[in-house]
Amino acid sequence: MNITEMTATELSAAIRAGKTTAVEAAEAMLARIEEQDRIYNCYVTVDREGALRQAEAVQAKIESGELTGPLAGVPAAVKDNMCTAGLLTTCASRILGNFVPAYTAEAVLNLQKAGAVILGKTNMDEFAMGSTTETSACGVTRNPWNTEHVPGGSSGGSAATVAAGECIYALGSDTGGSIRQPASYCGTVGMKPTYGTVSRYGLIAYGSSLDQIGPLTKDVTDCAAVLEAIASHDEKDSTSVARADTDFTSALVDDVKGMRIGIPNDYFGDGLDEEVKAAVLRAAEELEKKGAVTEHFDLSLVEYAIPTYYTIAAAEASSNLERFDGIKYGYRAEDYNGLHNMYKKSRSEGFGEEVKRRIMLGSFVLSSGYYDAYYLKALRVKALIKKAFDQAFAKYDVILGPVAPTTAPKLGASLSDPIKMYLGDIYTIAVNLAGLPGISLPCGKDKNGLPIGLHLIGDCFQEKKLIQTAYTYEKIRGPFRMNREPAGADHTGQGETGMCRTGQEGQCHE
Amino acid sequence: MSSKQYETVIGLEVHVELATKTKIFCGCSTAFGAEPNTQTCPVCTGMPGSLPVLNKQVLEYAIAVGLATNCEITRYARFDRKNYFYPDNPQNYQISQLYLPICRNGGVEIETEAGGRKTVGIHEIHMEEDAGKLIHDEWEDCSLVDYNRSGVPLIEIVSEPDMRSAEEVIAYLEKLRLIIQYLGASDCKLQEGSMRADVNLSVREAGAAAFGTRTEMKNLNSFKAISRAIAGETERQIDLIESGEKVVQETRRWDDTKGESYAMRSKEDAQDYRYFPDPDLVPIAVSDEMLAQIREKQPEFRTEKMIRYKEAFDIPDYDIEIITGDKHLADLFEAATAICNQPKKVSNWLMGETLRLMKEKETDASDLRFSPENLAKLISLTDAKAINSSVAKEVFEVMFEENIDPEQYVEEKGLKTVNDEGALRKTVEEVIAANPQSVEDYHNGKEKAIGFLVGQTMKAMKGKADPGMVNQMLKELLLS
Amino acid sequence: MANIISDETIEYVGILAKLELSGEEKEQAKSDMGRMLDYIDKLGELDTTDVEPMSHVFPVQNVFREDVVKNGDTREELLANAPEQKDGMFMVPRTFE
Repeated sequence: MNITEMTATELSAAIRAGKTTAVEAAEAMLARIEEQDRIYNCYVTVDREGALRQAEAVQAKIESGELTGPLAGVPAAVKDNMCTAGLLTTCASRILGNFVPAYTAEAVLNLQKAGAVILGKTNMDEFAMGSTTETSACGVTRNPWNTEHVPGGSSGGSAATVAAGECIYALGSDTGGSIRQPASYCGTVGMKPTYGTVSRYGLIAYGSSLDQIGPLTKDVTDCAAVLEAIASHDEKDSTSVARADTDFTSALVDDVKGMRIGIPNDYFGDGLDEEVKAAVLRAAEELEKKGAVTEHFDLSLVEYAIPTYYTIAAAEASSNLERFDGIKYGYRAEDYNGLHNMYKKSRSEGFGEEVKRRIMLGSFVLSSGYYDAYYLKALRVKALIKKAFDQAFAKYDVILGPVAPTTAPKLGASLSDPIKMYLGDIYTIAVNLAGLPGISLPCGKDKNGLPIGLHLIGDCFQEKKLIQTAYTYEKIRGPFRMNREPAGADHTGQGETGMCRTGQEGQCHE
Repeated sequence: MSSKQYETVIGLEVHVELATKTKIFCGCSTAFGAEPNTQTCPVCTGMPGSLPVLNKQVLEYAIAVGLATNCEITRYARFDRKNYFYPDNPQNYQISQLYLPICRNGGVEIETEAGGRKTVGIHEIHMEEDAGKLIHDEWEDCSLVDYNRSGVPLIEIVSEPDMRSAEEVIAYLEKLRLIIQYLGASDCKLQEGSMRADVNLSVREAGAAAFGTRTEMKNLNSFKAISRAIAGETERQIDLIESGEKVVQETRRWDDTKGESYAMRSKEDAQDYRYFPDPDLVPIAVSDEMLAQIREKQPEFRTEKMIRYKEAFDIPDYDIEIITGDKHLADLFEAATAICNQPKKVSNWLMGETLRLMKEKETDASDLRFSPENLAKLISLTDAKAINSSVAKEVFEVMFEENIDPEQYVEEKGLKTVNDEGALRKTVEEVIAANPQSVEDYHNGKEKAIGFLVGQTMKAMKGKADPGMVNQMLKELLLS
Repeated sequence: MANIISDETIEYVGILAKLELSGEEKEQAKSDMGRMLDYIDKLGELDTTDVEPMSHVFPVQNVFREDVVKNGDTREELLANAPEQKDGMFMVPRTFE
């Protein structure tokens, strides 16, 4: 029995059956992390002692029959933009390099109630701004399928740790594709639920109207189980929605007969890699063979989603990140002259380049004289995009397409041109603007052996249709596992030393 | 000095702290006087990942004030973020309302100096959160931040530029204060900062149609400061215009001790607040039911109360005016009258001793300590002639300070009037014996001399006698 | 490039955002912002005359709390992350002349 290769559903069953324990499971994962995370750098913080402590407590509850669910005793990882009481929470930024919150994000609390054992906090693009995890102040994360490639982002650490077997599943957050795209690049399942399904309390905000927490898992079954655990109506989050239909595992049904699947022509145009295109269309054919009704259609407005997104997300981010000022927590510059200089120096030294770029843009589009032309205009286009989806969902149950135009790019290839990097989000971003659920699951590999992701988009609150379609496809496709000998250069002992790793007792694994 | 005549044009931004138990967006207490930062949580200190949830009572108070000031209630309202960096503003944005404030287009009527009436328009009322407190530490040459006040709910009442003098401004503020106090939405104390007024002021030549450039004056903590600031700023602006300079649109801070203001502007203060709808809060849809419920709960306001008092109680119009001029006084009056059923006497206590002591001890009506029950008891004691009026005043003064039970107090201190005729007769005889000169004066027709003898007797009785009875007995014994 | 960002604009945005950029960073920021705005200008192609700006995707409204005190004194936790503190308060460079 190789614990690190198991799914949550399998592992929790084994623990319940007494074949292993939560403590053994945590130890196995920690050993795996010890062994290989110096190569991948999935984690910003590993909470070895805390994990073992949790595992013991959970094991007792499993034995007493108090915990019986599919996540009980299963080791998990959490993206480092979700607050965890007593555990460093950095957003992979220097400005929060020493921040230890006193409270835990609601989604993480929900996981803990389900018996999760939190191993640590995963690397990400700084404040979730990026598509490669290269904007992290804690060093880049490498794609376990090929360490010369990025894992995607911004939840790159979460996707990579699942792919690398350094945890059983992870939580990520998705503002413009930040769960689905790294899931696609790392060959895992990733889901962004309908806006409001998972509480944002304790999630350090990037774009508040777009952010949503979701699972990164090894298969669709785990995805449904994790989503079921984290979904809740939270009185602390005004945008949280009370839903009666969060029994997502009930949708794990191997059947797509009559499922109406729309394939947007606009998702298969210029810029889409041929191999990705072929794999995605092949998946559509397989679903059709199983009884789904597929149809090509024009979604429209696709090319407007990115400029709309960057206006709204940057505007919200510029305001959300104002609280990082060197007064209450986080980084304060060493030398400064007066209050305003302290603000400027702390923020300029504390934030990375991409974060500053977006804060500047966001401040500009909200500033006097530009608000109507940029910000309000974007909110109007957002309404049009939402309408286009409403029209599509009048005809289809699910929209099917690629997650990203290509498979994972090489490290260092994306950052030089921000707009080019933003273009990589073209298929995922509109989903956030419209508040819709979307799932990414592997549907093949390219000639270099890198995973290709299939993207299924549902109407608001229709996660179950996505889960059912994805589950059925997964059955057709069969197992999708990584060969444990990673391709790429030998990185042994070359762990990147980001700022987050220094001087934290027991939290880094160097 | 030029011969030109100028007109002062004034609009007010009045911030009122609402009397809720908790803050606007979190469950922290709003109570005064706590140790620094002990009434805080992640939400009101801008911790990462925290989210605001609106206190329903804040909305209800804001709507109630809007209804009482003849505003239109916005049926679809929203919160916006006002972005600016300052240490007392923990998120570095303040949650406020710009685009869709909860109330608009209202107004209240005030009396002008000339005795006429005019309406001061209310442009809008919006809800927002208060900032924390900055304390300046001279020792360390730094500032310290306390977030206990951060997130305390405020409404900002923005008037139209309809006022023309300090008197009108004060009449308008008094009117607002009364309405809001009657609603129980705030105690509206300028000195304690639960009501704060920023004065927008411009001057123009008399008869000119266009407004001049206005300035905004902050830090006005009393009606006196407001009057002085208005006079000072009017003069400053006229001087600028007369000397050919321009008034700059800016925010100025009033220093009441120096009697002058200075600009608060700095290079780092761009005054570009980048307002946008707060994505963390959902819109407010005010339903007919919600409005009806709030309307139903509206209290009896002053005008209605005055009419009712006139009909129900036989007290002078002047008393009615004073008593209804403060919600707390009116409440006291009604409660005490309900117990003792002697409106005239209750009114006399309020109009006389209460006002006198309030003035002497600089006490606000809302800080009056004595209960209506104890006032009613005191009235019964005097009615029963158990104490005389000077003892009653003495007792009242203690009640005013400590809200003691007058019955118990009179008992314990032995202040009851001595009704024992034998004891009184004995004392009077002693006083007559000890003051032969006065007795002689009396017999020689000096009526006043009896006053001295009454005084001497009261003194000997330690005040515990009924002066009427003493007078009567003296006359009787002197004539015998 | 249609949008030319001036030094003054970058300086102004720096004041708003409380960011201080080096000379080199400023040039980069000018060029980046200009390019982003060019890209965003694409939205101008769409006629949105009668379209209401959409800030919330769902018609969720009227989410309230009751006016009940729920939080106690957690000052110690609050100050645990403070870069500088004194007497139970956050210490900042002086705000008043």
